[in-house]
Amino acid sequence: MNRLVFDVAHMLAGGLLLVSFMQLYQDRLYALLNVFALHAVVLALSVAWQAYIQNAPHLYVTAAIALLFKGIVIPVVLHRMIIRLGIHREIEQVVGVAPTMLLGMGLVGLSMVVMLRVTAAADPLAREDLAFALSVVLLGLLMMVTRRNAVSQVVGFMSIENGLVLAATGAKGMPLVVEISVAFSILIAFIVIGIFLFRIRERFDTVDVQALDRFRGERR
Amino acid sequence: MALILDVAAQGAQMMLVLVLAPLLTGLVRKLKARLQRRRGPSLLQPYRDLVRLLRKEVVLAENASWLFRVIPYLVFATTWVAAALVPTFQTGLLFSWTADLIAIIALLGSARFFLALAGLDVGTSFGGIGSSREVMIASLAEPAMLMVVFTLALIAGSTQLSTVAAFMASSEVGLRVSLGLALFALIMVAIAENARIPVDNPATHLELTMVHEAMVLEYSGRHLALIDLASELKLLLYVSIIGCVFVPWTLAPAGAGVQILLLAAATYLGKLLVGGLLLALFETAVAKMRVFRVPEFLGAALMLGLLATLLLFVSRSL
Repeated sequence: MNRLVFDVAHMLAGGLLLVSFMQLYQDRLYALLNVFALHAVVLALSVAWQAYIQNAPHLYVTAAIALLFKGIVIPVVLHRMIIRLGIHREIEQVVGVAPTMLLGMGLVGLSMVVMLRVTAAADPLAREDLAFALSVVLLGLLMMVTRRNAVSQVVGFMSIENGLVLAATGAKGMPLVVEISVAFSILIAFIVIGIFLFRIRERFDTVDVQALDRFRGERR
Repeated sequence: MALILDVAAQGAQMMLVLVLAPLLTGLVRKLKARLQRRRGPSLLQPYRDLVRLLRKEVVLAENASWLFRVIPYLVFATTWVAAALVPTFQTGLLFSWTADLIAIIALLGSARFFLALAGLDVGTSFGGIGSSREVMIASLAEPAMLMVVFTLALIAGSTQLSTVAAFMASSEVGLRVSLGLALFALIMVAIAENARIPVDNPATHLELTMVHEAMVLEYSGRHLALIDLASELKLLLYVSIIGCVFVPWTLAPAGAGVQILLLAAATYLGKLLVGGLLLALFETAVAKMRVFRVPEFLGAALMLGLLATLLLFVSRSL
């Protein structure tokens, strides 16, 4: 196999993982959205490289969708949203940075152990892509667990989807229809979540999801 | 004859780092001053400071033990040996088989241990604060540094600097994300270890923030000169390590001709210049952080190092 091909794919996928960690590290909402946009841009680059090496033109469409929607549209909308909600200066955290980072490293280690063992027979390129994709998904989940602000939970949710796209492009032969429908369902989910955010704010005057726990009677 | 030449080359390198170290510090100070629109002291000011301190009388605290008097020499000796082991412009020197990354970390670690002891020795509160903070920073910076070493060792198959540099200069390396992460982790560790701005301010004696300066507050005269020279050597050492591992293409191999050696020496000076310029730019651009945020900064370095090591396991060796 051509070494450069593998090295570039590895670098881009590793870069995606690194940006996931930057998301976990970042506790300011405004900066978090910028990092999320960067996540989507790196994903788009990675997918475009896969399209080039697999000679699969439809993947370019996926890359364009990632760049356009997740790299530009969604961050811009979220920026506007947090300014309208008046929370763009907020700093939030449930668990400290250091334990979160350690948990994240543990999850990366776990996903590598699992994926490398499960996919022993597959092509190396697909193997490393799958290992990275699983770690990105798990880090997105971790992000949703450790944050209490609904907006950063949305960012975590979106980065899970980025991980799924990475996995899908690594495994050759995902049809374009599936991809577009996934992209659109994410977009719909995003709109629904956006509406919910405003509803939550109207009811409880905050987007801190711990307020919801109190109303359900789970706290105190 | 060959042995004499080898010894001469090694000796030249040892003297070179000693001579260049104050110049690098002076360069960084001058550039920082110019960036802040001050004129700044001359490039030679660190040499003048050292000469002045060497001439001055040593004032010792009444309750200072023998350890307090011995430690400056120990710190200087270990740091000088460590700095002289790093290949500056030529690899494969006489002692390069000892130029092991882990040995260099151990030498620097023992220097720091002695310095922290000296801070505690006199029993003043500033020395105690400085030592405790220094040890806190070190306990985070050293694992991060070791992670960087593991990454390099896994890629190059050796912890010996000459071998690592030779491997990095060959086309075997390719494009690796781990190396980028390791570079960033190493730069963060270097900033913390040399007490540069986001972690510690080398130019201040404000008691709330100082770390390194608080430890050496009780020293004077030739002792202070040696400690200052040791910290200048440490800065040079880190710039040299980064230059040798990540920009290795200009290093002269063992037994190279005079022309190649001169070229390599010139590019080494260029590397120091670029390193000093980048450091001055960075220090001017960022603000010092609170001491309690230092663990977060170094935790990020540790995480980058760990990630670099982990990513190697899903790389080409699959």
